[in-house]
Amino acid sequence: MILIVDMNSKQLSSLEFVEPLKNIVMKFDNCETKHYTDAIELDRYDKIIISGTALKENDYFKPTLFEWVEEFQRPILGICAGMEILGILFGSKLINCKEIGMQKITTIKDNKLFSSEFNAYELHNYSLDPSEDFEVLSTSKNCIQAIKHKEKEIYGVMFHPEVKNKEIIQRFLSI
Amino acid sequence: MRLCVLYSGGKDSTYALKKAMETDDVDVVCLISLLSENKESYMFHTPNINITKLQAETIGLPLIQKTTPGEKEKELFDLKKAIYEAKNEYGIDGVVTGAIESVYQASRVQQICDELNLWCFNPLWLKDQVELLKEIVENEFEVIISGIAAYPLDKRWLGRKIDYKVIYELVKMKEKFSISPSGEGGEIETTVLDAPFFRKRIKITDFNTFYRGNSGVYIIKGAELVDK
Repeated sequence: MILIVDMNSKQLSSLEFVEPLKNIVMKFDNCETKHYTDAIELDRYDKIIISGTALKENDYFKPTLFEWVEEFQRPILGICAGMEILGILFGSKLINCKEIGMQKITTIKDNKLFSSEFNAYELHNYSLDPSEDFEVLSTSKNCIQAIKHKEKEIYGVMFHPEVKNKEIIQRFLSI
Repeated sequence: MRLCVLYSGGKDSTYALKKAMETDDVDVVCLISLLSENKESYMFHTPNINITKLQAETIGLPLIQKTTPGEKEKELFDLKKAIYEAKNEYGIDGVVTGAIESVYQASRVQQICDELNLWCFNPLWLKDQVELLKEIVENEFEVIISGIAAYPLDKRWLGRKIDYKVIYELVKMKEKFSISPSGEGGEIETTVLDAPFFRKRIKITDFNTFYRGNSGVYIIKGAELVDK
């Protein structure tokens, strides 16, 4: 069972950032959605995906609501806002780095999700200055685009793989 | 939250409007239509855009209607002006679009909303196109095909109402000719004549069809609102 954590405060944004993820995941596995303010029964889930949000969404910067991340011993993928919150939880700093639209992504470290160069859809105000707990997997011209925790299967991507890179989600599900 | 909907009068923006109207704490306060003088507009649906006045009337929402030469990128400036007007006149907090897959359209509206400090919502984003068509029929929308631009769509398609038979045929064409069933690639343009939230339905009193090569349009020359 896969859990998708909805990071949005607006219902219309959930249709845009959570429903597409759900439709991809359901092709490969069972899936449930919970809002980030809901209680999460970690034992129920094999993997967790933390969704992205609208550009103007800021309500989710509440790290205490994500303390379950350190307890969960299975793979986690944070997308955009999801990557931001994962970074903050492990001591990374948010930095201003806005990108809207397609960007070329360059892989700088071999990993299980993607390789070489590819184009991806971006919609974010920030990126991360990652702490020492993370290694950087890819970058765009201006921003760090993907990170992985050095000891855990915790991944963050700043781009939105559900738009043009659905295979990345499929690969995450098969880790 | 006060929102405006970028409204072309086609099925996608009308269905996005429905989604917005059904959302708790959302008040849709106006519609925006851009009349593109370029029928190949990169951003805006073109056939029968004039009918949006009648649609806005029967929906009961004010319409901000602007004309744009429809030149690539320049039309974005005209869109920004219209959204800015909606912000000033109607105090909107955000914009809703009917974008489904077009990264070109979606990212440009996102950019404009960001510049104007507005929320941007795309409630149909990445929605399965066949599912969308079925939902539109299930929700008793009356939608006609008002533009076609792909082989093997021919003039018999112009003016056809979207029903389950049409959906079945479009799915078959998708399998054989890679046509987007919802017309997201511009293969099909649509005009909505009725929806559950229309107070009256639109009756077409006069029309013309033009067809050449593999493209054609169904132009509504006369229309009126009639009781349902």
